[in-house]
Amino acid sequence: MNDRIEKRIELKVPISRVWRAVTDYREFGEWFRVKLEGPFVPGQVSRGQITYPGYEHVKWEAVVQKMEPERLFSFTWPHPKSLDKADYAKGDQATLPTTLVEFSFEKTATGTLLVITESGFDNIGDFRLEAFRRNEGGWTEQIKNIERYVAKAA
Amino acid sequence: MLQKQRSSLAARGKTHAPVFAALGDETRIALVARLSGGQPCSISQLTKGSKLTRQAITKHLRVLEGVGIVHSVHAGRESLFKFDPTPIAEMREYLDFVSEQWDHALARLQSFIQE
Repeated sequence: MNDRIEKRIELKVPISRVWRAVTDYREFGEWFRVKLEGPFVPGQVSRGQITYPGYEHVKWEAVVQKMEPERLFSFTWPHPKSLDKADYAKGDQATLPTTLVEFSFEKTATGTLLVITESGFDNIGDFRLEAFRRNEGGWTEQIKNIERYVAKAA
Repeated sequence: MLQKQRSSLAARGKTHAPVFAALGDETRIALVARLSGGQPCSISQLTKGSKLTRQAITKHLRVLEGVGIVHSVHAGRESLFKFDPTPIAEMREYLDFVSEQWDHALARLQSFIQE
């Protein structure tokens, strides 16, 4: 199964503008909706707090990987154990599986092509599924219900 | 962002439609109930006590296999059918969820950058 997500977006502004919007921590924070403590530095942990209404308790933690001006920006980030508020809040790289997020920049005739890929989901597969079963009910729970129903009907 | 995706997850019935469609049949529900105990069963074992033929049971098992609810494993000459609690549908759904988050984030980036 496909282990990556890819998004492409054409922006009608120069590459320098897109690079700044993505890699300047304040600008990134504006559209991503996170209040970051400081600039992105390769090899360093970026910390912050999500500012999206209702999710202000959620921590942001990523490790910046590469910053090649106007070419590539990447970081790894953890995926929460579940979509529960409590689990989202403790997103730390040490204990959670991570994926790699890459932003690549390309000059086009009309502006900039920004390609975002997120990969490494196979690392989080089983872990994630467990979380879904546990927290979201999922269809395993439905099967159990069906099983109970069938047992009762028999 | 997150809120929106939560509600999309709440609508999980949609993404699980094939799984539930596969379960929309009494015989298949009974087969799943039998297999969900964890013990792999052969077609003969599953046919025993059923009014259905071996061929009919096999057909139902293939439907369940098609949506990842059961897997067949070979044991000698026989195929054993095993309940699979980790259907790809679950993972697919998570990827869709993350993918949708990116769509929203990029839409915000676009309006931020082009305003």
